[in-house]
Amino acid sequence: MTHATVAGAHRHAPPQGFLRKHVFSLDHKVIGKQYLDLALVAVCTGMILSWLMRFHLAWPETPIPGLAKLSPNGAAGGVITPEYYLSLMTMHGTIMVFFVLTTAPFAGFGNYFLPIQVGAEDMAFPRINMMSFWVTLVAFLVLISAFVVGDGPPLSGWTAYAPLSAVGKDAGPGQGVGQTLWAVSITLFCVAQLLGALNFVTTTLDLRTKGMSLARMPYSTWAWFITSVIGLIAFAVLMPACILLILDRVAGTSFFIPAGLVISDRLQPHAGGSPLLWQHLFWFFGHPEVYIAILPGFGIISHILPVFARKPLLGPRVMIACLVAIAFLSYTVWGHHMFLSGMNPFSATLFSVPTLVITIPATIVTLLWIGTIYGARLRFTTPALFCLGFVSVFVSGGISGFFLAQPSIDTYLHGTYFVVGHFHFVMGVAAMFGIFAATYFWAPKMFGRMMNETLGKWHFWLTFIGVYCVFMPMHYLGLAGNVRRYSAFTDDYLKPLIPLHRFITVAALFTGAAQLIFLFNLIRSRFRGPQAPDNPWEATSLEWSTTSPPPFDNFGGRPPVVERGPNEYGIGSGARGVDYGMQAAAARVSAR
Amino acid sequence: MTTVASPPAQPPGPPTPAAPPVVEQPRPRPAQTGVWIAIAAISMTFAALTSAMVVRGSAAADWRHFRLPPILYLNTALLLASSAVLEAGRRRVAAHLVWVTLGLGLVFVVGQVVAWRQLVAQGLFLATSPSSAFFYVFTALHGLHVLGGLGGLGYVLRRFDAAGPAPVPALGAAALYWHFMDVLWLCVLVLLVLRV
Amino acid sequence: MGKLFAVVVTIITVVSTAIFIAHTWWLPPDISAHGHAIDRQLSETMISSGVLFVLSQLALALFAWRFGDREDGRRVKPFPGGATPMVVFAAVLVGAEILTLTLVGAKVWAGVFQTPPDPNSLQIDVQAEQFAFYFRYPGPDGRFGATHPELINEASENFFGLDPARDTSARDDIVVPTLTIPLNRPIALTLRAKDVNHAFYVPELRIQQDFVPGLTIPLHFTATQTGRYEIVCTQLCGLGHYNMRAYIEVLPQAQFDQWLKDKAAQQ
Repeated sequence: MTHATVAGAHRHAPPQGFLRKHVFSLDHKVIGKQYLDLALVAVCTGMILSWLMRFHLAWPETPIPGLAKLSPNGAAGGVITPEYYLSLMTMHGTIMVFFVLTTAPFAGFGNYFLPIQVGAEDMAFPRINMMSFWVTLVAFLVLISAFVVGDGPPLSGWTAYAPLSAVGKDAGPGQGVGQTLWAVSITLFCVAQLLGALNFVTTTLDLRTKGMSLARMPYSTWAWFITSVIGLIAFAVLMPACILLILDRVAGTSFFIPAGLVISDRLQPHAGGSPLLWQHLFWFFGHPEVYIAILPGFGIISHILPVFARKPLLGPRVMIACLVAIAFLSYTVWGHHMFLSGMNPFSATLFSVPTLVITIPATIVTLLWIGTIYGARLRFTTPALFCLGFVSVFVSGGISGFFLAQPSIDTYLHGTYFVVGHFHFVMGVAAMFGIFAATYFWAPKMFGRMMNETLGKWHFWLTFIGVYCVFMPMHYLGLAGNVRRYSAFTDDYLKPLIPLHRFITVAALFTGAAQLIFLFNLIRSRFRGPQAPDNPWEATSLEWSTTSPPPFDNFGGRPPVVERGPNEYGIGSGARGVDYGMQAAAARVSAR
Repeated sequence: MTTVASPPAQPPGPPTPAAPPVVEQPRPRPAQTGVWIAIAAISMTFAALTSAMVVRGSAAADWRHFRLPPILYLNTALLLASSAVLEAGRRRVAAHLVWVTLGLGLVFVVGQVVAWRQLVAQGLFLATSPSSAFFYVFTALHGLHVLGGLGGLGYVLRRFDAAGPAPVPALGAAALYWHFMDVLWLCVLVLLVLRV
Repeated sequence: MGKLFAVVVTIITVVSTAIFIAHTWWLPPDISAHGHAIDRQLSETMISSGVLFVLSQLALALFAWRFGDREDGRRVKPFPGGATPMVVFAAVLVGAEILTLTLVGAKVWAGVFQTPPDPNSLQIDVQAEQFAFYFRYPGPDGRFGATHPELINEASENFFGLDPARDTSARDDIVVPTLTIPLNRPIALTLRAKDVNHAFYVPELRIQQDFVPGLTIPLHFTATQTGRYEIVCTQLCGLGHYNMRAYIEVLPQAQFDQWLKDKAAQQ
């Protein structure tokens, strides 16, 4: 495969100057790190918002010190108003789903490692790649600006159901400027991710190094590849939907707003739109988005688990087949978010079948991981622990899907904390565990420094126990009929549940505090950690054949020649000698 | 294939499963691939809008039919002609034909704006009726993509000016995208003719 | 470390499951004619998925306990039989489970949402708005007056936009903020929204349905226990969402008739 080398040789001279090197860099590795840094800022913001919400839910009357300064309107005297609670919730959901769960595992790690894992020097279109990051950043800033511009952030949830999201200021504070900023931000985000996914797919298809057949690609690369295919379709649908939403808001059209709405005593000047149209368009994107968040995690776990099990992944081909099946099925299930939305009840049954069928590949994937551990020689490093934790929380979150996939049971559980517990486990916590595993695993490669194992293990144990204390009780709340998106529980039947809410809040504050250990470890090791060897974990894929961190063009101008698949663990005599086979001989990289 | 001395590179042990011989693969053309993928994504966007149009059309009885501005057909002819010119330019690797395409493309965009002004003159604004709303959305979104294509052509022309070999792959990719703009426009036009 | 992981996962599994089994937090008692089917479906799903949950977590714990690296030169062991038997086993097991759940569940769902209401149902109109529910009974003439959105006026309590001046059937319509219904009589609600999406959720009735502005959505049920229960809104509807609720009052038929008569007299 000569193209990457020949064309690349003169295309890619290392950039000079600080701006070109670290800010407006075309290097996929820098862009990947920029995405990860953005995700880090976003996740801290999102987590602080969740703390505020959890605190308010447990002690609604108690003022939060300093909050009044941040938002004089939303939290006069430090006590969050009901509408400000909804704003915080909307921003929490939007930030987490778009700017953390999409950017970190997919855009961040994918950008950094996909080209290296296929043996390329860079992405196929570095300029487009850079644009993708900067548009994402602008989208994030636009979203965050809703906190300070106008009457505050929108309050219609991350799903922005029309007509609440479409009618403008009459629907409440934040539904004016704030909601428009939201829609603009998401439109930009869609464009950015489309550009990114375009790069991922092209790079995987065209820039694989010699010997890197599709079958020899690491599972993480496979997952990023499949995820970008999902993303190409999903974001291509959400983008026009958001454009229509913006037009309804600012240009007076009626795509989603029906006739005769009286809001704040004002007959709305719209007619004929369909609120369900927004829901269909949104969830056609929204459900695949769940897999955009979690499939990279699948790939990362499948990539990392064999390294520490010292054993090949069980059923590699089955794993890929399951990922493809999940990706395909993810486009047939969006209606399960709309069982009770007023659409034809018959279609609920139609949507419930593929939703349940998707549990088959998901179950198989889980069993493949568990089967991989069987007979292994597990090395309990921090990334390995997060892999095991991932499997556990994914099972816990996946199981509750059985309930929600059935319209008859959803009749009761829809709109309760059961749903909140379900999706936080399965796409929030599980995806975060994937991100943590990836961070501890790849930090040595990315920064050339090892992270501290002791701190890492403390971080794992506190987080693992913490998330169960936070999200498992939410299932109990849901069974008791506790509805979600409530800023206070004034209803008679909800009052007895407040102690359980307090327990969750305390657990959430502790779990959140445990993340400070991670943050400290991450920042300290980036500068002070011990020097990382090229292949500290004795792994096989191409990123471990180059230096830590890799040079500008990844392999020092000598693209690796791949000789075998990524799954060569547990070979050899089993004595203390070498028990694995690298995908390619280590490249000689002179410049460090 | 160099086996550089590196400890864990070549472990002893059972032979690895017989690796399929590395077949000499055709030279990949990332630009071409990228455009095909973009075509898939853009088609998805327009498919989503089309389904939105169908759903919205049946949601209420406020669909107002109107006659499309006739200049659209002239624009269509222009766009098709530009594509033909570009195809000739691609085969001959001729920069001046790309310039002609660029010009025709610009005229097309201007023509679309004229079509909008004609509709506005008839009192059909964005918010007048769902039919006019979809008309503006479809034509604007297509126009934006055409502008993107013009940017691509400009990039190709800059590469023509630069030293070095003619940008054949880039030209091929730009032509592919440009032809797709034709196909997309024809689909949009048929849709508009049928439903608006 | 593997043993610690195994112990922690086991404790988490046992405690979580025990709380489910003990029904420490559970559904409120069912007061509807159809609810027992939903409850049974929920229990069956709880058992079958609970078994899967416990088995997978314990397998994970067991393997983490057993297969740590002890530096003893032991060779890794492949999973017995490889992936194929396990995949087939999982596909058949989960496939059978979802087939059963779908067949039974679809029937339960159809029983609630896909059957027409009993022709003798009591017809009640429901209007949801930010942030209240209003219920309208047809009054002695048995007919609902037409609604006009432009006439909706909170101040004069014309929540439905009725036009009693010109519309005779609207004059005797009874509009109340509490849903009062007779025991054991099929109820057919017609849901409309004045402004944005809302939802009608009564946990005890095992029923939940969105209101969508622009759509008229039917909902029917039969209450089998007297008492007063809360109706809550479960669709994010704006700033006062948390405060959007009403009560449903289930009365014996005789009491209900008297209530209706009193209300009609007040019109």
